Amino acid sequence: MDLAALAECVTSSSCLVTQTTSGLIVGMLLFLVAAGLTLIFGVLKIVNFAHGTFYMLGAYLAYSVFRVTDSYTLAVVAAGAGMGIFGIVFERALIARVYGANVLMQLLICYAVVLICDDLVKIVWGADFKAMGMPPEFQVPPLFVAGGVVPPFYILLITVALAIGGGLGLTLALTKIGKIVRAAAHNPNMVSALGINTTLLYSLVFATGAMLAGLAGGLAAPVRSLTPGMGFSILIESFIVTVIGGMGSIAGALIAAVVLGLIRSFGTIGFPMFTEGMMFLVMIIILVVKPSGLFGREIV
Amino acid sequence: MLRPSLARDIVLGILVIAILALIPALVPSKAFQDFVIRVAAMALFATSLNLLVGYTGLTSFGHGMFYGLGTYSFALLMQKTSLSLPMAFLLTLLITAATATVVGAICIRLRLIYFAFVTLAMQMLLHSIIISWVGLTGGDQGLQGGIPRRVVAGFDLGNQHTLYLASGVVLVIGLIAMRHVVASTFGTSLRMIRDNEARAAFLGIVVWRVKLAVFVLSAMFAAVGGVVTSLFVSGAYPELINWPISGDAIFAIVLGGIGSFLGPLVGTIMLTVLNDVVTRTTEYYGLALGIIILVFALGLRRGVVDFVTERLGFRPSGGVS
Repeated sequence: MDLAALAECVTSSSCLVTQTTSGLIVGMLLFLVAAGLTLIFGVLKIVNFAHGTFYMLGAYLAYSVFRVTDSYTLAVVAAGAGMGIFGIVFERALIARVYGANVLMQLLICYAVVLICDDLVKIVWGADFKAMGMPPEFQVPPLFVAGGVVPPFYILLITVALAIGGGLGLTLALTKIGKIVRAAAHNPNMVSALGINTTLLYSLVFATGAMLAGLAGGLAAPVRSLTPGMGFSILIESFIVTVIGGMGSIAGALIAAVVLGLIRSFGTIGFPMFTEGMMFLVMIIILVVKPSGLFGREIV
Repeated sequence: MLRPSLARDIVLGILVIAILALIPALVPSKAFQDFVIRVAAMALFATSLNLLVGYTGLTSFGHGMFYGLGTYSFALLMQKTSLSLPMAFLLTLLITAATATVVGAICIRLRLIYFAFVTLAMQMLLHSIIISWVGLTGGDQGLQGGIPRRVVAGFDLGNQHTLYLASGVVLVIGLIAMRHVVASTFGTSLRMIRDNEARAAFLGIVVWRVKLAVFVLSAMFAAVGGVVTSLFVSGAYPELINWPISGDAIFAIVLGGIGSFLGPLVGTIMLTVLNDVVTRTTEYYGLALGIIILVFALGLRRGVVDFVTERLGFRPSGGVS
């Protein structure tokens, strides 16, 4: 514990700005992954333990596309689209067989896929760390805000993540397909009885969730070192986010992800050994005080 | 529900131990003894988890915290105090029971996936505390320096052959004890809560008390597995309390079958064999294990022992096999 250092950082504007920005990008990437997770849980009632794998595969896919095309935009789009398609295949081939089954069966199948994909990544890309590097258009000097360092790439990440999250939230709230999705989350039998193809709907929702994780992986590729197994830590953290925010709530995921990102970035100064413990502590407190999370509906 | 005869179980147990004692005389293999010690520790842990998952319907993702707590408490008591081994063992059980009472009181208020997540979070919190409390636990290096005073009543548990037999004895005693727990009226209350909690409450069962009791009891059996592991690895390491430990136990019981008392034991043996064979034959352990899990999970859709008992025409009782 070094609370003096933490106090010093909070009172210095440069440190405050630097740590807040780095907390925000951690939070935004986490939000994209967790939004997919919470969407899938909210509608399909499936806890997708393989969600971190989509993030990892998205990052590796972006890495390869960037190598070939030199276009970061194309790399991110490919990561999102690739994982969307992968999500459909995964849902149809495996998850569809365990709807309504014991959560342990779902866990087992997802874990098998995690193991397989981690090794496939090792075979295709190698076991060592890979670095995509910053795209040339962002290799510019950082901005200085109140003495703190803010790389332009971070601003892009935060904007894009917020835009995607906002788009998702608005789609769910305002459009017809959004209404159908919300209705299916509430009562799938009724939706099905009204003549809507819920099988197709489930596939689409799962694909959207997977796509969000893939996009997050692609967006993160320039600022993260890629390694097989990189999906796991983000999986655990996105579970914490979904639980704190309320399972099924996109807005809750956004707030919880930002809080977690800030705990991470300020924690490395104040309590470097215990940042993970702090996140779990917050999760326990939320679960005990309000099990449905900040924005969750009551548990049925 | 037929009450299993204690006398029959004891005779069976002595038979198993006699066979275990004979094997090294016929095929002297250190690897086999290692294997039995590892299976004994893990099977105690997995079977104790099934008291929660299979019998009470409490899906815990954090049961490894008590297995890990067992290894750390025991190793610390042996290293930092001058207590004898049996005393340290008893005190380990007490520490585990006290911790499980507090953790359980918080966790059992939650249901289903929320219970699973809060138990996982509890385990990870304990893991973080152990990692950051370097002065006491050695942090991420673990507790090194071995375990002293391992001679109990003339038996040296530092000797591999003795530890092998002792692990076998502890496993058999632990399994018999758990089998009689689930066959008792207390065990019937557990199954009632699993099948219909509201009805159990109407019939006068104080649900939270029974849930807390089984949570503490299963934590203590998990800690026994932890003590065996601590003796085997001569210390305690953060990996023994990290999340994959809970994952291993969950896979053991799902592969073996949560509806049969011996399912977790069979699952543990399967996973341990798989682990040893696959790691020896390929560097792509995850790929091979993942495919095997998928085949089992999608092919059988239930644990191996459950599958076999159903095929042989026994009704899956979810109780005593």
